[in-house]
Amino acid sequence: MSEFFHRLNDYLQFPFVRYALIVGVLIALCSSLLGVTLVLKRFSFIGDGLSHVAFGAMAVAAVVGLTNQMMIVMPVTILCAILLLRTGSNARMKGDASVALVSVFALALGYLLMNIFPTSSNVSADVCGTLFGSTSVLTLTKVEVWVSVGLSLVTVSVFAIFYNRIFAVTFDESFAKATGVKTTLYNLIIAVIIAVVIVLAMNLVGSLLISALIIFPALSAMRVFKSFRSVTIASVLISMVTAFVGLILAIGLKQGLPVGPTIVMVQAGAFAVFFIAGMIKQGVKR
Amino acid sequence: MAQLACNHLTLGYENGAILRDLSFSVEQGDYLAIVGENGSGKTTLMKTVLGLMKPLKGEILFGDGLKKFEIGYLPQQSFIQRDFPASVWEVVLSGCLSMGKFRPFYGKKERERARKNIEKMRLTELTKRSYRELSGGQQQRVLLARALCATEKILLLDEPVSGLDPKVTAEMYEIIKTLNQEGITIIMISHDIRAALHYANKILHIGKENFFGSVEGYLATERGREYTAEIAEEGDYE
Repeated sequence: MSEFFHRLNDYLQFPFVRYALIVGVLIALCSSLLGVTLVLKRFSFIGDGLSHVAFGAMAVAAVVGLTNQMMIVMPVTILCAILLLRTGSNARMKGDASVALVSVFALALGYLLMNIFPTSSNVSADVCGTLFGSTSVLTLTKVEVWVSVGLSLVTVSVFAIFYNRIFAVTFDESFAKATGVKTTLYNLIIAVIIAVVIVLAMNLVGSLLISALIIFPALSAMRVFKSFRSVTIASVLISMVTAFVGLILAIGLKQGLPVGPTIVMVQAGAFAVFFIAGMIKQGVKR
Repeated sequence: MAQLACNHLTLGYENGAILRDLSFSVEQGDYLAIVGENGSGKTTLMKTVLGLMKPLKGEILFGDGLKKFEIGYLPQQSFIQRDFPASVWEVVLSGCLSMGKFRPFYGKKERERARKNIEKMRLTELTKRSYRELSGGQQQRVLLARALCATEKILLLDEPVSGLDPKVTAEMYEIIKTLNQEGITIIMISHDIRAALHYANKILHIGKENFFGSVEGYLATERGREYTAEIAEEGDYE
């Protein structure tokens, strides 16, 4: 145990470890904000789909040779988010079907491109890193840290400003629209926020595990809390704490655990705790 | 001038019209019941009046000081998210959203209005409870309070009593009647022809042949007489 804290203390001397903690917790904060909305709109998997899109876009960016991959990854992901959330409202193709379609296509395309135009000698390590997050959160440059901080701030403020509208659009879209709320606009805002969050979160947990970051905190909070506001606040706190604990464990344990899966495991543990707490609460009431 | 007038509406989707040449109007204080078989287009009509979809032909006119987004709407229960975590207070307050045009948060005026309508629907002690834990009748009252936050003029109710037990159904009809007596125009979509004939003053029957007019006028039609005969067999509404 003391060895664990000793090693942790050593690592915390490095700026990149501190950056990772800051950025990790901020990303966790942003990604949990829209969890409730996505779960209730039956879009739990949109995070997954979009992150595969981002993966594909990243591969394209690498092949083209862009140094700043965000330039291409961000717009492509936002565009796909808008298109995917739109199909939910006018149902030519069901939401989950189109998400599945887009996500496997982008994943396949990305892997194909990375193999045809390899940018390094070890393609599978690259792919694995992008999919599961590996150590990319520990290799952030100062600029990337500031970009993450900035985008997080924007995300949180947009969410706060439109909080009441997001609630109305999620709870009962028809009513909101009938009373003059611009539902299309707010769905668009939701889509853009999600896309931004996904691209940010890829650094932390990798493409394949982003859904966990989005839905675990919301589902945990919904077990115990009953109002939209308390669920939102609780899921933000759960998300930040689990991300922090996950990062500390990943950094401090001897074997050097991969960050993404460690965080997801901690979140799964938190979900179990809240699940049981919810059952006890229900039991007490009856 | 009528508060709401629909002139020669043709309704439907890209691949075909469901309703043709439908005209009706309501004055302030009217209680209009819209009846018709399943699939006759009642929900489509409602969506059109609410502005959720556009009519293929015809026009909807708002008058008498009523503006387009001032229709309060009570959706069918099944359209609402069942497991949504939201308190009664949050749901009712969301009805005030159209009041504070561009402000991000609710002000004193909105909160006061929500409180007033919660009280009116006798929900005060349930304010902090979760919407999903309430009984069907209580949930309907919450949604009604929300609708009243959005309007003081006209309410559109889509099957307001479906899924409620007889006692709660009667309560619900009484609440609607009281609101109507306070001067709020009611447009109610209903399967329950007996209640429609009992409470409404105007009937819109949609189907193969549309009918719009007073309850007396409706009872004089062939279809109206069939229903009266049925009701006579089963006893009056009350």
